[in-house]
Amino acid sequence: MKKILEVRGLTKIYGSGCPRCISATGPAHDTNVCPHCGTVVAAHDVAFDLHEGEILGIMGESGSGKSTVVKTLFFDDKPSSGSARFHDGEQVQELFDLNPAEQRWLRNHKFGMVYQNPNLGLNFNVSAGGNIAERLLMNDLRHYGDIRDRARQLLARTEVLSNRMDESPKRFSGGMQQRVQIAKALATRPPLLFLDEVTTGLDLSVQARILDLILEIQQELNTAMIVVTHDLGVIRLLAGRTLVMKYGRVIEAGLTDQILEDPQHAYTQRLVASAL
Amino acid sequence: MEPRLRIENLSKRFVLHEQAKTIPSCEDVNLSVYTGKLTALVGPTGAGKSSVLKCVYRSYLPTAGRMLYRNDLGTVTDLAQASDHEVLTLRRNDIGFVTQFLHCLPRKSALDVTCEPLIARGTSAHEAHEEGKRLLRCLKVPERLWGVPPATFSGGEKQRINLARGLIARPRLLLLDEPTASLDPGTTDNVISLLQDIKQDGVALLAIFHHPELVSRLADNVFELTPPLTTPNLQETTLS
Ligand SMILES: Nc1ncnc2c1ncn2[C@@H]1O[C@H](COP(=O)(O)OP(=O)(O)OP(=O)(O)O)[C@@H](O)[C@H]1O
Ligand SMILES: Nc1ncnc2c1ncn2[C@@H]1O[C@H](COP(=O)(O)OP(=O)(O)OP(=O)(O)O)[C@@H](O)[C@H]1O
Ligand SMILES: [Mg+2]
Ligand SMILES: [Mg+2]
Ligand SMILES: [Zn+2]
Repeated sequence: MKKILEVRGLTKIYGSGCPRCISATGPAHDTNVCPHCGTVVAAHDVAFDLHEGEILGIMGESGSGKSTVVKTLFFDDKPSSGSARFHDGEQVQELFDLNPAEQRWLRNHKFGMVYQNPNLGLNFNVSAGGNIAERLLMNDLRHYGDIRDRARQLLARTEVLSNRMDESPKRFSGGMQQRVQIAKALATRPPLLFLDEVTTGLDLSVQARILDLILEIQQELNTAMIVVTHDLGVIRLLAGRTLVMKYGRVIEAGLTDQILEDPQHAYTQRLVASAL
Repeated sequence: MEPRLRIENLSKRFVLHEQAKTIPSCEDVNLSVYTGKLTALVGPTGAGKSSVLKCVYRSYLPTAGRMLYRNDLGTVTDLAQASDHEVLTLRRNDIGFVTQFLHCLPRKSALDVTCEPLIARGTSAHEAHEEGKRLLRCLKVPERLWGVPPATFSGGEKQRINLARGLIARPRLLLLDEPTASLDPGTTDNVISLLQDIKQDGVALLAIFHHPELVSRLADNVFELTPPLTTPNLQETTLS
């Protein structure tokens, strides 16, 4: 299996920072806010490798820094320090050294993101089909008929009724909106997909079908994914390996079955026990 | 002959931080598993039989010892030290585990669940389905169930799907945890002949069986585990 992403020392702080921010925050201090200067250490020294076609889970309680990790990798936010090497065929790119135009290009061609809040991932001023067309246009597909066919195929693949492709996704159910987001993210067949709490807040039966869809896609297209969730059930179903975060730090990493059956850290043990 | 798997001085202790205690689950286990042979783990409940299998599969992180796996090329990997990615690769290509319970997706048919490990390895869907059907027939899973998700199956039906899934990719080392616990005698006989077949194929097996009769019919080596003693030094509270 080939590496697709190597993340090292990824750190994100919100605030001016002081020399004691790092030593005064984290799980041992039960906070991610520096008591000396009020800076938020949202993520510190996060490191992992991701292989082609692999699903990595990131779990942890609210505020632990899960979204921060994917937001920096998808260029929604700038990291304070750290490196992320993206392997694209033979080419290796240092994501945080790229200029904004290069970052936009990767976002539009090689990465995909599905947000918990469909507002962030979809444009409600255009139709479901239009949302996908936007992404295809950025990928140099120009012919109207081709774009429409491809949009229809993608929506059919994610089980959105094709007679609704000309409606705005604004009025769709939560589950349908997530399907449109997934179709949009997949439009360019990206090798790397970020999914941030994509099933949170949906009905259980709707959740189950979306999770099935994600797994089917991973098997069909061999897409590598980073799945952020606080739901152990989602982790168990999707992720081969899992990182556990708390107060901005990765406190435990391992094979998902090992994290769930033989958790090492006191916090993970509590988390797993309370979910049984 | 070199063993497929050699376990040396394996120990596993669970450190439960909340209760501030350490639970020993297996202590100083030494055994070997050979190509085309079945090693049976026996012992009373709580002796640590399942724990040994889970350590080998790395669902549990061993506390001490080595677990030397030797592949067809003669390359030896210590499963206790291997990286998570190495373990995932071995699980896909070399090491199979039939657990007591079947975990699977709610919408997948029994046949697809069975074929998954073969497809994950790159076999064509058609070829995988043919092999899947052969195994399900062999295990007497009624044909009307093949297209149905196993969620609603009986315990015995689920167990047979689980077995078929474990056998289909012909792992080099197969771990079995009570694979016949909820089967009737007729089906059990079929399972025995299937296991005899895969031994013939050169698969190395490490197995736990519910019935002593199965041990006597299938095992080439028997390894007896005794529950680890909770000696004072093992009960030491470990807080960190
Ligand atoms: N723009 C910002 N300014 C200040 N603090 C921020 C900002 N964005 C995030 N944070 C803080 O960073 C920390 C990590 O936030 P993040 O969104 O990564 O958490 P999370 O693990 O995704 O939580 P949730 O499960 O609630 O989504 C939180 O304490 C959050 O309040
Ligand atoms: N995940 C775990 N966390 C804590 N303790 C565990 C865990 N798994 C096993 N143990 C403990 O380890 C000991 C051995 O358990 P194990 O399941 O390996 O025994 P076994 O020989 O398979 O028993 P049985 O015949 O009942 O299946 C038991 O005391 C058990 O409670
Ligand atoms: Mg979040
Ligand atoms: Mg057991
Ligand atoms: Zn500070």
